[in-house]
Amino acid sequence: MLEKMDIERLDAEAVNSQKRRQVLYAPRKKIFPKRASGGFRRFKWLIMAITLGIYYLVPWLRWDRGGYAPDQAVLIDIANRRFYFFFIEIWPQEFFYVAGLLVMAGLGLFLLTSTVGRAWCGYTCPQTVWVDLFLVVERAIEGDRNARIKLDKESYSPRKLVLRTTKHVIWLLIAVATGGAWIFYFADAPTLLVDVFTGQAEIVAYSTIAFLTATTYIFGGLMREQVCTYMCPWPRIQAAMLDEASLTVTYNDWRGEPRSRHAKKSAAQGAVVGDCVDCNACVAVCPMGIDIRDGQQLECITCALCIDACDGVMDKLGRERGLISYTTLNDYNANMALATAGGTQPIDPARVRTPDGKLAATLRHISLASFLRLRTLLYAALWSLVGIGLVYALVTRDRLDVNVLHDRNPQFVMLSDGSVRNGYTLKILNMIAKPRVMAVRIEGLPQSSAAIAGMEAQSDGSFLVPVEPDRLRSLKVFVTQPRHVADEQVQTFRFVIEDTEGPETKTYTATFQAPGGSK
Amino acid sequence: MHDPHKDPHLDELSGVSTTGHEWDGIKELNNPLPRWWVVSFYACIVWALVYTVFYPAWPLLTSATTGVLGYSSRADVRSELAAAEAARSGYVAAIKAADMQQILADETLRTVATAAGSAAFKVNCIQCHGSGAQGSKGFPNLNDDDWLWGGTPEQILTTIAHGVRAPEDADTHVSEMPAFGDILKPDEIASVATFVADLSNGTGFPEETAPGAQIFAQNCASCHGDRGEGNQEMGAPNLADSLSLLVDGEEAIAAQIRAPKHGVMPAWGGRLGDVTVKELAAYVYSLGGGK
Repeated sequence: MLEKMDIERLDAEAVNSQKRRQVLYAPRKKIFPKRASGGFRRFKWLIMAITLGIYYLVPWLRWDRGGYAPDQAVLIDIANRRFYFFFIEIWPQEFFYVAGLLVMAGLGLFLLTSTVGRAWCGYTCPQTVWVDLFLVVERAIEGDRNARIKLDKESYSPRKLVLRTTKHVIWLLIAVATGGAWIFYFADAPTLLVDVFTGQAEIVAYSTIAFLTATTYIFGGLMREQVCTYMCPWPRIQAAMLDEASLTVTYNDWRGEPRSRHAKKSAAQGAVVGDCVDCNACVAVCPMGIDIRDGQQLECITCALCIDACDGVMDKLGRERGLISYTTLNDYNANMALATAGGTQPIDPARVRTPDGKLAATLRHISLASFLRLRTLLYAALWSLVGIGLVYALVTRDRLDVNVLHDRNPQFVMLSDGSVRNGYTLKILNMIAKPRVMAVRIEGLPQSSAAIAGMEAQSDGSFLVPVEPDRLRSLKVFVTQPRHVADEQVQTFRFVIEDTEGPETKTYTATFQAPGGSK
Repeated sequence: MHDPHKDPHLDELSGVSTTGHEWDGIKELNNPLPRWWVVSFYACIVWALVYTVFYPAWPLLTSATTGVLGYSSRADVRSELAAAEAARSGYVAAIKAADMQQILADETLRTVATAAGSAAFKVNCIQCHGSGAQGSKGFPNLNDDDWLWGGTPEQILTTIAHGVRAPEDADTHVSEMPAFGDILKPDEIASVATFVADLSNGTGFPEETAPGAQIFAQNCASCHGDRGEGNQEMGAPNLADSLSLLVDGEEAIAAQIRAPKHGVMPAWGGRLGDVTVKELAAYVYSLGGGK
């Protein structure tokens, strides 16, 4: 029957199947994933194009900041300790925005995993995306699964040498481009590109390229699924994230079992047969080299390529799609109970079908309701809360800041005319890419006067202080008060810093120290 | 490979050969090390051997092998210091060429000189003047505006360069207050001490008829000024302001009049050089009391 239906039986076995389990330290079993085609594969191509596009192109986007700041849209300027993201500029003390984004990323991962399972692993994780890219190269050069297996078994011939060399050279080129793209986030991309190729770039640029080239080549080309299985902590953490209402890629054995390679013959002999024809297509396409029919397992990254492979086979057999599908454990258990008459009988696919062979209407399928539960709503609420908080903080944040350091040694100085002087280091932060002139004055300290070295006071006692764009200006301010007024040991007063051309004002409450107690 | 009939050390349970050693019935499985581990291990040994050829490594009796690259961490420090020196040389030359007014007028030079002076101050000056330049009894506070030898940048520079009563420097500030215990009678000293104490109580210069006024005018005014305002030419302190370097109270003033104590300061010009002395002057001036 299979021959008639033109379904290829693949000689594929899962690397971690029970009968092949072996002692530790065994050499890796090579995996030769077959090309899959279908809806999920197309979706993965799209995700790959988007994520790679973002990674490679973003440093080249320009953003006009008016000449006083870099015009690169996304730039992590470590030397000057500034982070630019389109219209947002972050100073080091505002790094909590990044921390907030990381909190959102964490909560987002919880939300995503508790609803759609390991979607991050299967679609957007850089490891998955780059392995996919490397596999594209491998297939283009060495052919699909069977050709690659054959080539691997061959002893080295000139043809094999050429193919292998070509593959590794292209992999290395991709790896270099990957490492190369990374550094453009840290300096002006067009300048750095020229510098890199003319040998003018910093040594750290070259070593970063070398390091990321090595990791990309080794992880994406050589280690592949081993990174997910052995190195990555996320497969371990996900066990706590998933619950019975989370989507996982599931082999629906309630309609697939008992599987049979000779379904028609068996059926004719009166045996119970399920939908699975044991063609191994799901195993052959798996980039992790596992058999999804063994149930949920740590190695599965839920890339859904086995769904595509199986759906193709089911189409050819004229059966309903979804023998392998995204399913929640709840739905699976309900359907399984149906197929086994509440667990009392072995699986009989006839129980999930109507007499005319259609799947029973009582079977449960993905529903929106399974996404909306207390846990996911809580994650979504927390995620939004942090997001709203960050946006609020961003919209209302100050672009003018002031820090005042009171001299501690000595705390005060007695002058010859009997007055008391305190010294302060005033740090004015002009956090926009525009030069500004700040009016600095003190408020709330009777009969006092302020002096700044090298500056003349205005008639109202304030000082006009120009501050360069995106810079901090440090000033030494001396505040003097007559002795008979400075009777109390500690008085509080305010430094007021006003933008002369804008609405921003900043005050800082400082203390004035005097010996005290002796008028 | 592990034929149970041929391998007497085979562990039945795991199917792995043991080392053949047994401790109280416990045997050790002879699992091979992972190949990447073994390779890394041998690579480390090779690396170590190569390293000992190129870098200082093997200890000898009184020294060590130098390695063919001739690397030395001391040479590294020397070259880093030389690089720092070279980076500073432009500023140093500019400070050397400029006078105090030029240094203070140029924002960059002033910043550099003040920072360098602050560092030099912490090494050479804080022993007497304190870490905040706040001074102590007998050692002037450099933050305030009361100067014995003048508070303009040039006067500060001169004082630092040549010192005060420094025997090693011909241009040093020299002056000496006579010991009036040999000149005045004890009751005269007591009345002039009262007079001097009253100078700085904030009520203005006392009447000519005040006790001690006559003695002050005859003996003290020539150096300390008619109104006790002092004379920076000869380092005579201002007696009329509210600050006092050495003494507080009539008793102490009387003691100072009888047998005066004089402060000394080394001449730093010869020790630290022209540039550092200018930097120190810029720093002291920046403390806020300069004229």
